[in-house]
Order: sequence, then C-alpha cells, then structure tokens
Amino acid sequence: MENVGALAILLAFCFSVYAVAASLAGKWRSNPFLLLSAERAVYSNFFLLTAASAILVYSLIAGDFRLAYVAGHSNRAMPTAYKFASWWGGQSGSLLLWAWLLSLYSAIIVFQNRRKFRDMMPWTVAILMSVQLFFNLLIGFIVSPFEVLVQGRGIVDVGDGQGLNPLLQYWTMVIHPPILYLGYVGFTVPFAFAMASLISKQKGEEWIHTTRRWSIVTWFFQGTGILLGAGWAYAVLGWGGYWGWDPVENASLLPWLTSTAFLHSVMMQEKKGMMKIWNMVLVAATFFLCIFGTTLTRTGIVSSVHAFAQSPIGVYFFSFLAIGIAATILLILSRVDYLKTESRMESVVSRESSFLFNNLILVASCFSVLWGTLFPVISEAVTGEKISVDAPFFNKINIPIGLFLLFLTGVGPLIAWRRSSLESLKRAFFWPILGSIVLTIVLGIAGIHHPFALMSFALCLFVTWTIMGEFYKGSRAIQAKSGQNFAVAAIQLTHRNTRRYGGYLVHMGIVLMFIGFTGKAFDKDTTVEAAVGDNFRLGGYEMKVREILDGDNDNYSWRHAKIDVSQNGKLVTTLEPERRGYKASRQPTSEVAIWRRLNEDVYINFAGSSEDNKKAVIQAYVFPLVSWIWIGFWVLLIGTIICLIPSKVRLQYARTQVVGVTSKPYVEVER
Amino acid sequence: MKPYAKFAVLVVAIIGTLAWLAAGGINETKTYYKEIKEVNAMTKAELEKRIRVGGDVAENSIVREGKEVRFVLTQKELKLPVVYVGTEPLPDTFRNGAQALADGKMRPDGVFQANRIQAKCASKYEGKPQYKVKPPIQDSKAAI
Repeated sequence: MENVGALAILLAFCFSVYAVAASLAGKWRSNPFLLLSAERAVYSNFFLLTAASAILVYSLIAGDFRLAYVAGHSNRAMPTAYKFASWWGGQSGSLLLWAWLLSLYSAIIVFQNRRKFRDMMPWTVAILMSVQLFFNLLIGFIVSPFEVLVQGRGIVDVGDGQGLNPLLQYWTMVIHPPILYLGYVGFTVPFAFAMASLISKQKGEEWIHTTRRWSIVTWFFQGTGILLGAGWAYAVLGWGGYWGWDPVENASLLPWLTSTAFLHSVMMQEKKGMMKIWNMVLVAATFFLCIFGTTLTRTGIVSSVHAFAQSPIGVYFFSFLAIGIAATILLILSRVDYLKTESRMESVVSRESSFLFNNLILVASCFSVLWGTLFPVISEAVTGEKISVDAPFFNKINIPIGLFLLFLTGVGPLIAWRRSSLESLKRAFFWPILGSIVLTIVLGIAGIHHPFALMSFALCLFVTWTIMGEFYKGSRAIQAKSGQNFAVAAIQLTHRNTRRYGGYLVHMGIVLMFIGFTGKAFDKDTTVEAAVGDNFRLGGYEMKVREILDGDNDNYSWRHAKIDVSQNGKLVTTLEPERRGYKASRQPTSEVAIWRRLNEDVYINFAGSSEDNKKAVIQAYVFPLVSWIWIGFWVLLIGTIICLIPSKVRLQYARTQVVGVTSKPYVEVER
Repeated sequence: MKPYAKFAVLVVAIIGTLAWLAAGGINETKTYYKEIKEVNAMTKAELEKRIRVGGDVAENSIVREGKEVRFVLTQKELKLPVVYVGTEPLPDTFRNGAQALADGKMRPDGVFQANRIQAKCASKYEGKPQYKVKPPIQDSKAAI
C-alpha cells in the first residue's frame, strides 16, 4: 500500500516536471499538442496526488502502524474524525495536503480556461506546476509521508500510535489547517496569472478580472483560517487569549495583510489604470509570504509554542523562496514599460489617496509583524546576539495602525475619485463625526478612560454610521422611484452593485470585530485554589465549586469540576471545566468552560490540582465583548458571498478623464 | 503645495511615527537569548537585561511552594536554578524532562527569576520521533 502511495507521489513529481517542460517547449515551438499534453499532465498530477492522499488517509483510519507518520500522529482510541485530521497533523502529511490542494486548484484552472487565454495559459500552467514540482519534490524525496518504521532489516509494526497532539483534538483545529491552506495555496493562482500576463505582455487587465473571484475567495479562506486559529486558542489553550503574536500566528497574518492591500489597490488599476507595478509587487509578496508562512510553521526557525522542531526542509524552502523572489523581481523590472500608469494622483483628499494610505498602512503593518517575528534572526545576524521582542512591541505598532485603518474604512468609500470639495466632505461626515464625539463623551462619563478603547469605540460608531448612511440613502432613492418597501429596496440596491455593498458589509464585519478586540482592554481575571464548597468572586459574579469528579475512558482520563456561577445572588449558570490526561501521548490538557454571551464571556479553566490533590486550581476570567469577534466573522462571510454574486447592473468605469471636466466616477448601464 | 509634495509629507509623517513606535516597542520588550553557560558568566551590568534561557527541565526538580514554582534547567552538564513567579499558570507541556524557555532576570543570589515559561515536549511532534519499538518478531521459520 505504502509503495503505491510513494509511487503515486513519484509519478506526480514526474508529471509536474513534464508539465513545466512541455508548456515551455510548446510555447517556444508553438506546438499545440505539447501544450495540450502539458494541461493533461496537470490532470494526471491531480489524480496521482489524490490517490496518494487517499492511501495516507486510509492508512490513518485503518491504523497501519508500520508507517512512521501513522504511528506518530494517530492511535487506535481516537475518533475517526481526528484520525482523518491526522492527515494534516504533522509535517509530511500537511505538505501532502498543500501539494494536493495545489494540484486540485491547478486542475480547476486548466479546466475553466481550456478555451480561454491561449497565449497566456502555457505560462500560467508552467508557473503553477513549478510550485507543484517543489512540493512534490519535498513529499517525494525529503519528507515522505509513506516512510515505514524499520529496525535492523525488518519493517516494524508498533501496534499503536502516539495519537494526534491532544491540543489539536478540537473541532476548529480539525478544520483550521485545511481552511488556512485553502487560502495559502489559493494565492498561487492569482500569482501565476499575474506573472503569466506579465511574461506574455497581455493587453488590459484580463488577469485581474479572471482572478478577482479567486483572490476574494482565497482572501476569505485566509481570514477564516486565522480566525479559526484564534477561536481555537481562545477555547482550548486555557489562557483566554485569541492572539499572542506567536511566530506561527504572525506567519498566517502576513499574507492576509498584503492580500487585503492587494484587493483594495487592484481597484485602482481596474478603474484608473494606476498602481500597476505595485499590484504586481503585492500579488507576488502575498504568494511568497504564503510560502514563507509554510516555511515558518514547518521548519521552526523561530521558536514558537507550536511545537515544530528544527527540520531539514528549511534549506529547500529558502532556496525556493530565493529563486522565486529573484525571478519575480527580474521579471517585473524587465516589464516596467508595460506597467506604466495611466493617470496621476491629483489631490490628497480623494478616493485614490485613501487607497494609497490604506495600502501604505497595511504594508507597514505587515512589515512590522515580519520584522518583529524575524527579530531574533535579524539581530543575531547583525549583532551576534539573539534578541526577541514580545507582544507589547506588536501591539504598540498595530493598535494605532488598526485604528487608522478603521478610520479609513469609514472615510474612503465616501470620498469622490480624483478630488473632494470641502462642501461634500461636510455633507458626508458632519453627523457621523458629531455622533462619535458625543459617544466618546458619554463613554467617558460612564467611566471608560482607556484612550485607545475610547478611540476605537468612537471610530466603530463613525464607520457604522457612514456605512448605514450609504445603505439608507441608496435604498431611499430606490424607494422613492419604485414605491417598494424599504427592505426590498435595500436588497435591490445591494443586488445592483454587489461589489460595493458586499464590500460595505465586509467592512461592517471588521467593525464588529474591532468592537470585540476593544473588549480586551476590560478583561478581569483571578486564580484560586478551591476545594468543594469554596466560594470566590470575580467582576460581579459569585462562583462556587459544587463538585469535583474523576473518570477515565480509552483516550484519556479526566478530572471534572462543576462550578455554579451566580449574579446578584441568583444562580445563572453552571460551568464544567475539565482537565484531561491523554494516554497515548501522556500529555495533560485543559477543557475550558465558557459561558458565551453578547456583553461578556465568563471563562473558567481547570488549571491543575494542588500539591495534596484535594483542591483544584481554578482560573476564572471575564472577557467583555469577545463574542462580537465571531459575530463580525459571520457578517464578513455574508459580505464576501454578496461580493461574489454578479451585479445586476454592469458597471463601466470611465478610465481616462479629460482635465477640467468632472466626470462621474462611473456610469451605470442597464442590461 | 503640489499634491505630490503633500503626499510625501504625509507618508513620511506616518512612517516616521510608526518607526518611532517600533523603536520604543523594541527597547521595552527586547529579550536576550542566552545559554546557561553565558548566563553564569554575565557581568553585573548585563544582569539588568531581560533574558530568555532555554534548557531541559531536570528530572524531579519541580517543586511548588505556594504560588512559586522552583525547578532546575539543565543544558548538558550545566544547571540553572529557576523560580517562577508569574501569574499565568504553567503550560500543560511543562513537565519533568520537557524543553523549556524561561523569560526573566537573574537575581543576585544566582537564582533565575522567571515571569514567563514556555515549554514543549521534547521529541514529541516533529523532529526525530522516538518510538518505543517492540522487539522485532522473530523469523517464524527459524523458530520452527
């Protein structure tokens, strides 16, 4: 079985080499048969990697403990879902997942464009398959998932495995890696198209239109993956945080920041023909940061709570990155003429300028996170001393950046293209700004004095007001024309220009998340050693340990506390945190109990037992507003889906403008 | 002022502010990675720095005294006594024999006072797995 799997990967490697060679040769000799065979090699590559993945998953579920990977990441007692999740529980398996997803995406791309972009596609295929080749090389020759355990000259069956890391045995962790990977891998596609259009000097912005959906969907998956990780950290790790600026978390955030910048700045290119070089840089940066993120997680160059130790694949990753980045820079430099801008910035107060600052600030944030993450490496190279920086460094830079971004979110969409008059600014922003000032005063009187928290709440109101104002004004106009009721008018409005109003909803989701982030400023916590019957207080809640139970099952043994939570003398809920000792890995974990509500979460962690084993060490937290992060996510999801629905009204953007004539930002054309 | 000059001023102002914040942030939180060998040889001035020391938790060295936790970090032959005074609970992975990183400062009495501990199980998830391999089954034909 494992031989078939290894053979499949080997063949997939050969096919990816062939696909690169055939599409380049076919392009060079203008041979359509070679080009067609290259595209078919993409399909074959996909089928072979699917077979390899299926074999690995089968071995994990069936429990073939002769395989090192199965023995290291699965065991008999685990539920089947976790056995399946062991596919991406370790290094070689997750690299196989990477390779498989890329092969799937490539196959889809080749199929979708089988009759389109005949002059650009060979390059796209060649680029996609070059990346594929690299990952096939890794899983085929360097860290094969199909290695068997050998002792002396015989293959060994260890009988049972070590099991998936118990911290990963949680539902969001089951879906977090594949979803993050869907995003990470997905950005290979816009990158390949961008580079292919650059190589073949495509006219216009075809690559942007073709990959717009890809970009949005993969951007969404990246964001979802990050948030699932945050949700997992919150619900599982027991320290109550959702973000710790850990190198691996940072690695997932970096490409998200640049892809967010890309999604915005690409509009400048579509509508005004500006920032063409910059967009190429951003799409390439995002792709390489995705690879870099995989490198960081998979090689452990920076110490991290994600326990991936040093591994031999770092050299390969860095070679790949170095070659890729060098080639991309050379390519962009050689095509600078082709990327000339079509119009210029005219005013600091304009839509263009808000995009520019949005990009500047996102990239600055990305750079600061990258800098902080790599600081130990950089400082060691420069001064010879390994110095690391901590969460306060990241917060210090990224909180102001976040607030400024929030401000731009409110301002940007309402400013006109080219330039805005003072009069129009007043009309658009007078009431929202007044509202925010009033809110700040009210909150100040109510006892909130944290400056960033006050600013954040004020900006959240400001942005919400401007977004709601847009929906309200638009719907009113439709209502006045057609006489429908307001809700129908609002839906029609959204349907007319899904990109715009879907975008507003995405912004709204981000605002809700910021409300949740701001709650962090008001956290409360306490740690107590409590026996059955003991009481303690935290932030208006009275907690009483009702009972502590012990038990045992195949996978783990457990200790369970029942804690009554009362408010104003009334019992409101009973929380049941648990402590587990996993048998296969002999590792203890905590199952925290959370009472989730809209205003604040009560969060209890069974941190351990006292020396004499009679008392439980209980940590209790109150986290205000944290639920709004997850609510914001759902709004963001809805907004993203709306963005993907085609607009009822086709938009034609005025691309070149005559100086002196104020043209409308766009012309609506009824179909 | 021409728009491009305005842009330049704004961009410089933003980047300057961020660089200033970054420099402050680095100075506040920088932590030096040191080996136990280096910690033992540090001068008085250097002892003021925040340090991060890594090593293995010596077998059976973990002692809990009220809110403090004492243990010994080892790196080959070298030993470093550590007292943990942080408020956060120790991670689940912190056990005898685990690899641990301790953040904190050296006390004059030669004990390292840590306010943060990170730990990972040695040899667990990746790297070279150490399996307890059962003795290979004897060749059955030979046994007959």
